[in-house]
Amino acid sequence: MHILPILDTPAEVVPGGSPSGPIVLSTRIRLARNLRDFPFPGWAKEAQRREIFARCMTVANEAAPMKKSYVLDLAALNDLEKQVLVERHLISRELSAASPGAGVVISRDQGMAVMINEEDHLRIQVMRPGFQFKRVWKLADALDNALEEKLDLAFSPELGYLTACPTNVGTGLRASVMMHLPGLVLASQMEQVIRAVNQLGLAVRGWYGEGSEASGSIFQISNQQTLGESEEDIIKRVTSVLQTIVEQEQNARAKLLETDSAKLLDKIGRAYGTVRNAHLLTSVEAMNCLSLLRLAADLSLLPEAERARIDRLFIESQPGHVQLAARGTLETQKRDVARARFLREQVAPLPALNFDRAFEKN
Amino acid sequence: MSESLHCDLCGKPAKVHLTKVVKNQIQKVDLCEECAKSKGVTDGEVFSLADLLAKSFAGPLEEAVEADGMNLVCEQCGCSTRDFRKSGRLGCAACYDAMKPILEPLISGLHKGGRHQGKTPLRQWRRVVLRREVENVERDLQEAVKKEDFEAAARCRDQLGVLQAKLETPTATT
Repeated sequence: MHILPILDTPAEVVPGGSPSGPIVLSTRIRLARNLRDFPFPGWAKEAQRREIFARCMTVANEAAPMKKSYVLDLAALNDLEKQVLVERHLISRELSAASPGAGVVISRDQGMAVMINEEDHLRIQVMRPGFQFKRVWKLADALDNALEEKLDLAFSPELGYLTACPTNVGTGLRASVMMHLPGLVLASQMEQVIRAVNQLGLAVRGWYGEGSEASGSIFQISNQQTLGESEEDIIKRVTSVLQTIVEQEQNARAKLLETDSAKLLDKIGRAYGTVRNAHLLTSVEAMNCLSLLRLAADLSLLPEAERARIDRLFIESQPGHVQLAARGTLETQKRDVARARFLREQVAPLPALNFDRAFEKN
Repeated sequence: MSESLHCDLCGKPAKVHLTKVVKNQIQKVDLCEECAKSKGVTDGEVFSLADLLAKSFAGPLEEAVEADGMNLVCEQCGCSTRDFRKSGRLGCAACYDAMKPILEPLISGLHKGGRHQGKTPLRQWRRVVLRREVENVERDLQEAVKKEDFEAAARCRDQLGVLQAKLETPTATT
């Protein structure tokens, strides 16, 4: 089975080097742009989409921030390869289902991607570990400018960047963070948090974006509105909500340790035991165990340095990645076996949980 | 067909009768000529029946898109409001102008505001700046000619030449 070079490199849920800390896993900015002189992808004919792909792909590949980038034509990829790219957050599910002419240009460090002919002609995406809106916006802005230097974009001074769906018009900006919120989930407070966040005009979604479940207690918080505010103001708004949620998560964790530590430590202990010994693991089970191990690292039950390994395992336990490692498609039960074996190997080097540290003041 | 109905807004005899079907429900509005004109309901023009019926566009995209009875077509790409209603997507950038009557209320209901407050594409921004410079130099030129300062006028004309050349290059850079 032919493996794309890009897939042969290790998965980076937090590309760009240094791992993230507790709670905020990663920061992401997405910009939607369209060429002025072509119909939007959903309305364009196949020949037009191919031309759009050719133009955009060339400009993106040659853009200064995208030196030595990977250029992928989605039509040339098989389902497994597409699935792996989705699991690494390099492409969206919509792109993997899109018609001919769809493609993506991915930077070498896998921190930036330009999707072509998804819902819009261009979807610029920049991702960094932890909470880093300033840096991520600077990079996205620069990449946007580099593309715009060579491509005539659809823009009106009144309505801003024109997009296929009016929900994205204006800045075309989606600013989002991935958050790990096991405390709030265990304290059954997520529903309240989601409601409050919605009232502030932000959206809360699960691990893989629109319409997915929140396994592993990982949630994506993002703005919903894109017009009527500057990019800086949108980012400020998401930042302030995010900071409130971080506080609430920290409080929930502290409370759980105070009032019901045995229950919490028991959960963590069992998760640790499971990944070390299980022979059958579904991806949901794996996510939930890994979530508790990440919490263990946050509480110093495991060395903090292990957090990076755990973050990588979140991605590598996904069905596409498990099959990629096995170099072929597997049906469900065989996958569960392979996943369990993979995790047993990966967690073998971990030290034993140090429960005493849970009550030390940080 | 003449009916002796009264204007829903002011009570005078109604001359304009509007009917709308939404989700198998029939909604009717009767207006006198003055009210019809003041609400923007005139022959051949597009109006928002939903607004007249005081329906808000703040709901989800599908609801708001359903609200209108008129079918507009974009000349550039052929996409119509009916197509938009089906897919929730527009056909091309020109659709925003072509379907402005239904998009304007929809967009203001969806977002924080109706006007773009964010960044402008660099090249377009440079052109805006260049055009302002051209205006300034043209004004200076006229001043110089009035004062019969022909040296200054010549300088202005040279400047204008440079600026116009910049405006004409496809990727105008300053």
